[in-house]
Amino acid sequence: MATFFGEVVVAPSRAGVDDEEEAREETPEDREIRRELEKKRQIDILWTLKSGATTESCADEPFACSKFIVAIGRNAAAFLSSFILDSVCWEVVGVVKLWNEWCRTSSTTNVLPTDSFCLFYRLISDPTVLVCQCSCYVAEDQQFQWLEKVFGCMRKEDLQVTILSTCPVADYKTQESTLTLPSPFLKALKTKEFKEQVCCPLLEQPNIVRDLPAA
Amino acid sequence: MFVPCERGGGSASSDLKGFTLLMPAVSVGNVGQLAIDLVISTLDMTKVGYFYTDCLVPMVGNNPYATAEENSMELSINAEVYSLPSKKLVVLQIRSPFIKNKYRPFCQTLLSWVKSSKCARVVVLSSSHAYQRDDEQLLGTPLRYLLTPDLEKAVGGLMQELNWKEMEKVAAYPGINDTEKVLHIPGGGITKLLFTESCSKGIQMAVLLKFCSEGDNIPDAFALVNYLNEWLQLIKSESNNSTDTSQWKIPSSWRLLFGNGLPPALF
Repeated sequence: MATFFGEVVVAPSRAGVDDEEEAREETPEDREIRRELEKKRQIDILWTLKSGATTESCADEPFACSKFIVAIGRNAAAFLSSFILDSVCWEVVGVVKLWNEWCRTSSTTNVLPTDSFCLFYRLISDPTVLVCQCSCYVAEDQQFQWLEKVFGCMRKEDLQVTILSTCPVADYKTQESTLTLPSPFLKALKTKEFKEQVCCPLLEQPNIVRDLPAA
Repeated sequence: MFVPCERGGGSASSDLKGFTLLMPAVSVGNVGQLAIDLVISTLDMTKVGYFYTDCLVPMVGNNPYATAEENSMELSINAEVYSLPSKKLVVLQIRSPFIKNKYRPFCQTLLSWVKSSKCARVVVLSSSHAYQRDDEQLLGTPLRYLLTPDLEKAVGGLMQELNWKEMEKVAAYPGINDTEKVLHIPGGGITKLLFTESCSKGIQMAVLLKFCSEGDNIPDAFALVNYLNEWLQLIKSESNNSTDTSQWKIPSSWRLLFGNGLPPALF
């Protein structure tokens, strides 16, 4: 593709399938490399049982959960740290270990606000209330895995899920200029099963949400 | 993979036996997807389900075909299925790109679903890079079609009558050996894979594509949807003019495709 200045550039195709990718057949070495890479990108969730020991599986049966609040991204995680979480009412019950090109989380639960981490907390007075603080970036190919592994561990009957997230204002599409938007600028999306009052207006078309909050 | 919606129709609404499945390929200019948006919006199709898949980048938003306050609050995700039983038409819309290395599994699962739901035929709307055309392709219509052998028997004659042009094959080794020809759809995403797999699985599939470039692809979408309409007659077209756009309803989600309003302080 020739640009305005005359140099030829290869524009990334929206098709998402590069021609070279199509043409190449996978050799056994390629398959082995791909499998190793997939293993490296696997997500592990370590849950802390009552006894204090950690376990990788979600025990013998999924645990009961009535409210699950997930804060995705540094801003949302900081919001929870500042206004909700404290060491008196909440206890850490799980940690996610993952690696991708953007970040690596560890299995330690003693984290600094500047670290990348993904921790689960439980309200001591009501153990069915669970909070997840996810300040690390979960890559595209890991989002589905995260979803299945986390939700696979909890019973979903009568479960209410709230997802807190932030997006850059520059991404918001509106007829007016974004400079005149009120602050704080909150929008919501809800499923039809959510019958309670939403505390802010719904996200209007053509705006969308992507990545882990969308998953 | 396919999860039906819980509507009053129940199993009736997800019985797709004998239906035509219309779907886009995520391709250059997103032309197939835009054309599908026009079909769903104009025919006011009902959502009957979605695909629960790990092959596409996740996204969610409110109903992209909303026309009023009442219907604007339904969530919409990256792969949804709509139907219009009166025309025996079922439409799949794909709204996000494939995750790396996942396009093959998606094609396999999709074609198995096509076979198991007993759809009569599949029509794929797609596009290809305009800059890859050869000298002959630069002249005449930019629209092309392809038919799998099973569908060729059924509708090949109709294509002749409509005076449609079949997608040309290109030399496998240009300059070295011009006799061996292969199908090449640059920028077409999964189009070629879907087509070749359908040929070998005996699925009746047609591909309708347009040569185009990235940019404002709305006119390309109209051209492609009018091309489709010449065959499937989904809406009544008053004129035979393929550039006629008035009968298609633009969905509300097409607003602000090229950015926000300007800040008044600029002036």
